[in-house]
Amino acid sequence: MSGGSSTGSGVVTVYGNGAAIAEATKKSTFSVKVGLAQMLRGGVIMDVVTPEQARIAEEAGACAVMALERVPADIRAQGGVARMSDPGLIKEIKRAVTIPVMAKARIGHFVEAQILEVIGVDYVDESEVLTPADDAHHINKHNFRVPFVCGCRDLGEALRRIREGAAMIRTKGEAGTGNVVEAVRHVRSVMGDIRALRNMDDDEVFSFAKRIAAPYDLVMQTKQLGRLPVVHFAAGGVATPADAALMMQLGCDGVFVGSGIFKSGDPAKRARAIVQAVTHYSDPEVLADVSCGLGEAMVGINLNDDKVERFASRSE
Amino acid sequence: MTATIGVLSLQGSFNEHIAALRRLGVKGVQVRKPEHLDNLRALIIPGGESTTMAKLAEYHNLVCPMSFLCSATEFPALREFVKAGKPVWGTCAGLIFLANKAVGQKTGGQELIGGLDCTVHRNFFGSQLESFEADLSVPELAANEGGPPNFRGVFIRAPAILEAGPNVEILAYYSVPFGESTSTEADIQEVFGIPHPLMHSFFLKMGKWKSEESLMCASATDSSLDDEERERGEADSPSEISSNTEALFGSGVCKILGV
Repeated sequence: MSGGSSTGSGVVTVYGNGAAIAEATKKSTFSVKVGLAQMLRGGVIMDVVTPEQARIAEEAGACAVMALERVPADIRAQGGVARMSDPGLIKEIKRAVTIPVMAKARIGHFVEAQILEVIGVDYVDESEVLTPADDAHHINKHNFRVPFVCGCRDLGEALRRIREGAAMIRTKGEAGTGNVVEAVRHVRSVMGDIRALRNMDDDEVFSFAKRIAAPYDLVMQTKQLGRLPVVHFAAGGVATPADAALMMQLGCDGVFVGSGIFKSGDPAKRARAIVQAVTHYSDPEVLADVSCGLGEAMVGINLNDDKVERFASRSE
Repeated sequence: MTATIGVLSLQGSFNEHIAALRRLGVKGVQVRKPEHLDNLRALIIPGGESTTMAKLAEYHNLVCPMSFLCSATEFPALREFVKAGKPVWGTCAGLIFLANKAVGQKTGGQELIGGLDCTVHRNFFGSQLESFEADLSVPELAANEGGPPNFRGVFIRAPAILEAGPNVEILAYYSVPFGESTSTEADIQEVFGIPHPLMHSFFLKMGKWKSEESLMCASATDSSLDDEERERGEADSPSEISSNTEALFGSGVCKILGV
């Protein structure tokens, strides 16, 4: 931490000494977990693999960074088992920036999540991009003080994750492909189901909840709110400002950009353009402006090729 | 006539503010470009990532091959708005923006709008694990606005106000243990947050009062308002009033050291 010198050195000591804060306070309540995601709304979360990239992201206006050893495109290209990143790297990235830092744990790998929690990451992504550690169970995220974000392909999957304690949801898309088609499919599925749900007779909700395999109470809450009960970001395949704005116009609250930035020709410029595209997502003039001269976009992958592994189907 | 309140909508929890205003029957409009500030009675700067918002505001200046973006930068426009004496309320990141001085910033610092005479410590409490919620005692607010004497503040990677000038009135404090000697306490003044209807109605009232005040002393330089701090001395001394400004909070909190 820096700063504080002008007001006395004691401030620095207080920092992080949360356990001593008065009893009336509550930490890590669900509202505190959801609250951080709310603060991220309308923002862009970028995958970074070095402190230098994290600084570029911060300077571009990212609202958070995802600290990784390899971006999804490299995970795809190199194959093998993808695991949690080196905690040392995550700590270095944390030191480099003041914005929130997220990190990925394998699905079901609650020990990786414990490690990420203890080193102080701000959000854990229980991610299908890493090789799943448990093919049947996700992490019980209620057991953690750190909040979690999880991927989904449809409304049922989103609500199952929220029931497990996820405080933020993102589409799964197909990470590392530079192809937004799956993310669009997933967000359309969620939004379409929510629209159908809003028009549904209350008596029909029981069977709807059963059909999508989601907890009835969360289904009802979603019906009443007319949206997911937590913040909902787009992820997986976003590579251009137009892709980002598309996801926003489809109803997402913000965007994760993985390989799309640092696998492109001019990462700083592209990062900045995507940040602006998310803010001005409904203003085509600004979108046209920021889309100019960005250099080469990442090379995309055609998802019709059977050899491309589908990360999204790694969990239910 | 219904006052139109702008909500700076570059990033963060602007939807929540607009929803809270709607519940009070007030129209909130999204502000993304300098021209959106025209004809607004008051402005709310929401919570979010202050570095992100600062960058976005700055882009209007730096990245602008197109004339409509170049015509005015957001920061001058926002500073102008604050200087004009119109009510401005900042929560969380918005508080950081309005502070005259901020510490704990990213490498290279960040641009501030300024106007509120205080020093803010960005992300004072630490990482998300240190985020919390707590009851704040708000007797003055309860006396003026009704409602319970406590306000539930939610502090998410929240800033703290470390020092505030003499013209800044502090509406709530939050105490944190100070160093190793827990007997010394830091007070917090607030900040952040999740919009709360009570706060919004308070802001609206202040806005009303303030705009009358501005009419009375149109030359006063600034102004503003906010939740937390309202100026003291309401009407007595316009010249002093002009130096205070805003504040705000939402549901958050911030603190100040009272040592």
